[in-house]
Amino acid sequence: MVTSELIVALIPFFPLLGFLIVALNPGRISEGTTSIVACGVIFISFVLSLISFFTILGGTTSIDVHFFRWISAGGFTASMSFLVDPLSSLMLLIITGVGFLIHVYSVGYMHGDNGFSRFFSYLNLFIFFMLLLVMGANYLVMFIGWEGVGLCSYLLIGFWFKNQPYNDAANKAFIMNRIGDLGMLLGIILIIVNFGSIQYSEVLTQATSVDPSIITTITMLLFVGAMGKSAQIPLYTWLPDAMAGPTPVSALIHAATMVTAGVYMVARNNILYAMSPATMELIVVIGLATALFAATIALTQNDIKKVLAYSTVSQLGLMFLALGLGSFTTGIFHMATHAFFKALLFLGAGSVIHGMGNEQDIRKMGGLKKYLPITYMTFLIGVLAISGIPPFAGFFSKDEILANAFAQNRIVWVIAVVASLLTSFYMFRLLFLTFFGKERASHETMHHVHESPKSITIPLIVLAALSVVGGFMGVPEALGGSHWLNGFLAPVFEPSKALIVGHELSHSTEYMLMGIIVGLTILLLFIAFSRYVTKGHVPAAEGQISNPVQNILYHKYYIDELYNAIIVKPLYWLSAIFDNVIERLGIDNLVNGSGKLVVASSRVARRIQTGSIGYYIFAMVIGIVLILAAVLVQG
Amino acid sequence: MTVFLIFFPLLASLLLFLLKPVQAKVIAFIVSLIELIVSLMIAFQFNEGQLIPQYGIDIPWISTLGLNFAVGMDGISLLLVLLTTLLVPLIILSSFSHQYSKPSTFYGLILMMQMALIGVFSAQDGLLFYLFWEVALIPIYFICLIWGGEDRARITLKFFIYTLAGSLFMLVGLVYLYLHTSGQHTFAMQALYEAGRALPAHEQGLVFWALFVAFAIKMPIFPFHTWQPDTYTVAPVQGTMLLSGIMLKMGIYGVIRWLIPVVPEGVAEWGFTAVTISVIGIIYGSCIAIVQKDFKRLIAYSSIAHVGLISAGTLTLSTTGVQGAMIQMLSHGIIVFGLFFIVDIVSQRTNTRMLSSLGGIRNAAPTLATVFMIIMLGSVALPLTSGFIGEFLLINSIFQYQHILGAVAGLTIILGAVYMLRTFQKSMSGELNAVTTGFADLTTHEKWVLYPVVLLVIIIGIYPAPLLDLSEPAVANLLKIYSNMSASIK
Repeated sequence: MVTSELIVALIPFFPLLGFLIVALNPGRISEGTTSIVACGVIFISFVLSLISFFTILGGTTSIDVHFFRWISAGGFTASMSFLVDPLSSLMLLIITGVGFLIHVYSVGYMHGDNGFSRFFSYLNLFIFFMLLLVMGANYLVMFIGWEGVGLCSYLLIGFWFKNQPYNDAANKAFIMNRIGDLGMLLGIILIIVNFGSIQYSEVLTQATSVDPSIITTITMLLFVGAMGKSAQIPLYTWLPDAMAGPTPVSALIHAATMVTAGVYMVARNNILYAMSPATMELIVVIGLATALFAATIALTQNDIKKVLAYSTVSQLGLMFLALGLGSFTTGIFHMATHAFFKALLFLGAGSVIHGMGNEQDIRKMGGLKKYLPITYMTFLIGVLAISGIPPFAGFFSKDEILANAFAQNRIVWVIAVVASLLTSFYMFRLLFLTFFGKERASHETMHHVHESPKSITIPLIVLAALSVVGGFMGVPEALGGSHWLNGFLAPVFEPSKALIVGHELSHSTEYMLMGIIVGLTILLLFIAFSRYVTKGHVPAAEGQISNPVQNILYHKYYIDELYNAIIVKPLYWLSAIFDNVIERLGIDNLVNGSGKLVVASSRVARRIQTGSIGYYIFAMVIGIVLILAAVLVQG
Repeated sequence: MTVFLIFFPLLASLLLFLLKPVQAKVIAFIVSLIELIVSLMIAFQFNEGQLIPQYGIDIPWISTLGLNFAVGMDGISLLLVLLTTLLVPLIILSSFSHQYSKPSTFYGLILMMQMALIGVFSAQDGLLFYLFWEVALIPIYFICLIWGGEDRARITLKFFIYTLAGSLFMLVGLVYLYLHTSGQHTFAMQALYEAGRALPAHEQGLVFWALFVAFAIKMPIFPFHTWQPDTYTVAPVQGTMLLSGIMLKMGIYGVIRWLIPVVPEGVAEWGFTAVTISVIGIIYGSCIAIVQKDFKRLIAYSSIAHVGLISAGTLTLSTTGVQGAMIQMLSHGIIVFGLFFIVDIVSQRTNTRMLSSLGGIRNAAPTLATVFMIIMLGSVALPLTSGFIGEFLLINSIFQYQHILGAVAGLTIILGAVYMLRTFQKSMSGELNAVTTGFADLTTHEKWVLYPVVLLVIIIGIYPAPLLDLSEPAVANLLKIYSNMSASIK
């Protein structure tokens, strides 16, 4: 009899096993074996996740697994334990499902790379940590996953470690994440102080008995962690740089799973957040600002992966907007659809890069649709999905976010609409510049352009299918649906329900909103088509941008330069001052000064130094005896 | 059994001095292995719930002085003895690729050092503690002086005088307590505790500083640390390992055993100052580590930062903090040993320790790079490594003690990542260059040293509970005086 606890326990076990098998046999097992092991373990986890999902769907409220006492000191105990409820079971499906597809994709994408097995060991390890993150039954197990995925992200961004700029990007990601992690760690400690426990089952049920001002501090600190991991202002600049990693990594870690950890964390703690309106407002502001800010930058980027990276930052902003508005289900819903279409877009981009012989600049692409038909078709679906064209997945989730915004605050709604229209525009721009118009690549390159192998195209097709139908898990009542997701996640968000002020829109208002947005999006589609296809506009070459606004956007508002000037350089100055001034001149001179005094007075004594160790030890013992004698006399 | 642990290496070292056998290193290694086995046997039979010292003896030595040869172990002592008996064989093994001159003296001194360290960690008598404390200085001084690098005479002298001066303060403090013992004066630990606790508050403050300065120099924490970077850098690598891996724990141990329970009112009055100094040291040491060019010196400064965190957590007087300190002492000892060995491997093969000259070693030595990566992750306190357990408990305790100090101390997890990742990148990543081309990967003997380190970093990170349980009752017992104090105030 296989219990559901055992199944849950085995879900992260298999990726860990895969990691160990692959990592401990470097160079001893072939590419083929590596692929089978690495993909196989994720597939098993996926099947187990499906079983758990159906167990939950069948009415089990949660599956708890307790392993052992991990850390305990002074009355505080952290256990190694898992919790699978509707929220985590949904996350499990996304992580192992999308994860499996990306593993398969990587078999083709990384074929022939020197670090093939190293790549798969990192990828398996990533899945393991990501699973711990969502399965942890307490804050510290989540924190293991939280930091662990950061480690894997670091390892994979710097995967091609001969390239020092890539290593810089990896270090930047790790350190920026660490800034967020410190906030999260302090938040967890504050939970320990005020609740005496870190188990969700105890903290979340007792939340209402704790002073709301403390809850506000806790939620703010935890959110700092989310800013780092989910790349929100001000801690977002690592994510675009993270594109240095192989493209499957960008799809899996930097789009579909890891960066959504912050969304999961807030949703998991919905009761705490619902209790602190100040934090919720902060989340709305940060989410909205990030969504708009990143979308404007994406308008001018010419690196296919950079556009997608800023798009991810922007979309994450929309998810946080939903959470901040108190619509936790919507945040999770958009996270799920985004996982499908953004993974699809990244993998499509990877297929293009692969086909073009590692070219990433869209100015050097164009006219690829007839060379890469499957990639083109699937990419098109991804673009339609992210732009919110019905009935693709993004339409439903994005519409829900915008409807929520409209119901609560019209200004928020306007900004969110602008951000999502910008999204549609830069995605159409990306699509047209890549697949339509003139072929701008060299003959040499075009001669070699080829559609990718099956291991790449099949995951694309599956993800495209998910991007088409994924939205149907949350069809609104206005469109005759029952919003399955709402019902499924209801037990998780039950505690906070009473604290969130509900906003109902009439169906006619909803139709109007949908009409406005879809209409404007289609309008933008035509504008983009005329600009980039009919008129054949190509973005200016490096250093030739005359428009000052465009120039600022192209340089990403000079935020990296700003951080460098106000944080990195001062830190180095401070360190240099400590090292050169205080260390060398200050303390040490003081010490040496007193030392010199001693040395000067002991010149005489130098004669008795003979260099024999035995003699010194003897002298030492005599010295001790003398001291003891002195004490004796005094006593 | 404790007596055996102390005298067996002493005996062995004397034999090495006298007989000068050819295979001194092998003999020393076997001796240290026997020590390890005996201490492990003790650990498995240990009754951590029993609060009086175990496996010890207490016999009068110089009765006119009130000096007893009293040794024994509670959980706190046992953990540090285990650290010692674990690291010494690894340190000896790590030296096998070096050809030191006068090997019998070298290994004899290491074993003598082991004797003194175990003595320090198990002494139950104030004067005996002091004697072991001073005896520990002698072998390490000669190890640095004879086998050290450039400018060793000046630097080791500074080290010697500095730490000796510090311990004289401690002697004054201990004698002061001794003179206040009731009835027949004695150095027995419980008698000194009682004497200290009976002192008026301002006198407790004086004793606090006399003892704390000695311990602070030994660790060392900012601003008592200036002997440390030079000494760590100039010492032969085994000396650096002894100093950083084990000897600095004498200072922390001193605070736990011979300061906190002795003068509670002094600690209560000055504790905040000491915690603040320690926290400043975390930032100070980390920042300086960021700009170091010499690999070994960088690790030396990182050690100042780490020990600052341990010291701060210990002085919060909470079970969480002291337990964090216990596990972190173990973890830091293992990790810093591993890091210094990696420094040694790199500098032996390339003849340089300058990070700017290195690079690309990962291409030629993937196993070394992986091992370095894991130890580095322990050093930056990634969860599921031993470093996380300690740092989490320590930051936790400091944050509870005072929120701002806790947040500042927490910066260690960011700054630590800054300097360690930079070090890894500069040495291991990138392309091979003229200096690193042909770099050989780990030899079998190097693997035998480093694999245990890697395994311990991970195992302690995943399942630290048995180690934490070992010292918890003893720690709670030592801190009982403070809960009684706060209870009586209420």
